[in-house]
Amino acid sequence: MFASFMVNAWEAATIVAVVAGVVGFFTVLRGAAFAAHSLPNGAFAGAAGAFLIGVNTIVGLGVFSLAGAGMIAGLGRRARSDVATALTIVLMLALGDLFLSRTSEYAPEIFSLLFGEVLGVSASKLAPTAVLAVVCIVAVIVLYRPLMLSSVAPDVADARGINTRAMDLAFLVVLALVTTMAVPVVGSLLIFSLLIGPPAAARSFTNRPPVAMGLSVVFALVTVWVAIAVSYETNLPIGFFVGALSAFAYTVGRAWAAWQQRRGRRHHSRDESVADLTERTTANAGAR
Amino acid sequence: MLALSWSSLFEPGFFSSEPVQVALVVGAITAVVSGIVGVFTVIRGQSFAGHALSDIGTAGGSAAFLVGASTIYGFVAFNVVAAGVMELIGIRKPRGRDLATGIVLGASLGLAALFLYEDTISSSTTGATVNVLFGSIFTLPPGITTVMAVLGATSVALIALVYRPLLLSSVSYELAAARRVPVRLVGGSYLLALALAVSMSAVTIGAILSTALLIGPAAIALRLATRTGVAIAVAAAVAVFACWVGTLIAYDSTVWAGGNGWPVSFCIVAVIFVLYFASGVVARFRGDRRQATTSDQRLAAELVEVA
Repeated sequence: MFASFMVNAWEAATIVAVVAGVVGFFTVLRGAAFAAHSLPNGAFAGAAGAFLIGVNTIVGLGVFSLAGAGMIAGLGRRARSDVATALTIVLMLALGDLFLSRTSEYAPEIFSLLFGEVLGVSASKLAPTAVLAVVCIVAVIVLYRPLMLSSVAPDVADARGINTRAMDLAFLVVLALVTTMAVPVVGSLLIFSLLIGPPAAARSFTNRPPVAMGLSVVFALVTVWVAIAVSYETNLPIGFFVGALSAFAYTVGRAWAAWQQRRGRRHHSRDESVADLTERTTANAGAR
Repeated sequence: MLALSWSSLFEPGFFSSEPVQVALVVGAITAVVSGIVGVFTVIRGQSFAGHALSDIGTAGGSAAFLVGASTIYGFVAFNVVAAGVMELIGIRKPRGRDLATGIVLGASLGLAALFLYEDTISSSTTGATVNVLFGSIFTLPPGITTVMAVLGATSVALIALVYRPLLLSSVSYELAAARRVPVRLVGGSYLLALALAVSMSAVTIGAILSTALLIGPAAIALRLATRTGVAIAVAAAVAVFACWVGTLIAYDSTVWAGGNGWPVSFCIVAVIFVLYFASGVVARFRGDRRQATTSDQRLAAELVEVA
């Protein structure tokens, strides 16, 4: 399990899990699950297009996921964001279908882009993943306060002169970078599960943003590590275990939250916990 | 002259080819149902659920493939269960809805990965993957039309049954609840209708077109029409138009592109996008900025009448 050919897999999965835990926290907070599904899922079109013109896959993924992010934000000005996202993923997938129809050689690669090939990650794929991961983390650190405020209290953010539309686009660009980073090594299905399940579970345990983010990273790490180990032992696909563990973590989180509420220790519902979060964030911002 | 332009518009064999005829009929049925259901999907802000169900069904489709059953039954069974779980987790509040859909989608894709892997082992082909994911309107089994007609009719009948309370609760959940509309029952019925509609479209024309025909025509119609009833009719018409024109372009492109034609999905999506941008221009040209930006105010106005 820890043989030399597995080292790349452990490293790639660990990097992806840390980034997914951090960025996923904001994905859940902003209700951006659809975008987190659409960008990784539609980005394969970029990979197929890159193959056609003989460019590196990661360039195609990057260009397409950034274009997708721009399109969701652009269409979102004139339509609801879920409609904008649906139209975007449909166009990306359709272009992917078009590119695939131009060549018969690329189709088998699609399976690995969707479901990942983490056990076969090469060292050459690891380097860009690590670099992009650092970029994503730095971006989140730089954007932390305005992103947090515009996520939980857009009105307050507006009043403080934060451009919420720009924050929307900035967050989508971060999601596009996460896509480019993760899809070549773990696949679109796995990165989506990691962006939603562990952060959603973490939020059920605490209302304090930094703690929730840390917990979300821990859950994501445990999820991928256990998934790799079990997948190695059973010879079944990793994606199955990541999906199942993410849903399991979320269920446990919800059960915990319900139990706490019953005991009456915390008298607030999910709505109030958002209000609570808003209060903390605005208080923090005011203290500065 | 007329004959000349006619034959250059429709490449030879378009009307006599049987796969094309089946594609046109199946496409039209799917388009009408998707258009009708889609208007409520857009009003209720459940595009994610609408798209997710087409992916979730993949797990059911691949499971059915594994046990040798017909794919469509796997799709329907999985989607109905998934819709139930989404409703249970709480699909009403925007962020809870987003999360509920995401969790169910993540778990289902995990299952799909497992089943597709088993499919690949048992039949040693990756054809199953691509087939289940993309579908193709030109390679449909002959008996599918009846099953689809039944599913489509059930879906539309469900919508018709709860039409008024559904419209009211879609526009204002609180008002509907205050007027003793059984909001959860109505919402559950709608999700069931959505699950059936998406199952039938995803299994025949693929996940891409399923979402394209569900959201695209409805979004176009809601930009143009001032009333929901009209929007539903416009959405169904736009969906059928896009489907047929797209199929025609795909068929004709075989000649232009030297044998290797463009995929139907791409052609239909392209038509929908052209119409979407055109509808934006029309709405703006009318000077009605309100409709061009959002349909919310218009719905609020209509709500007064419904209530």
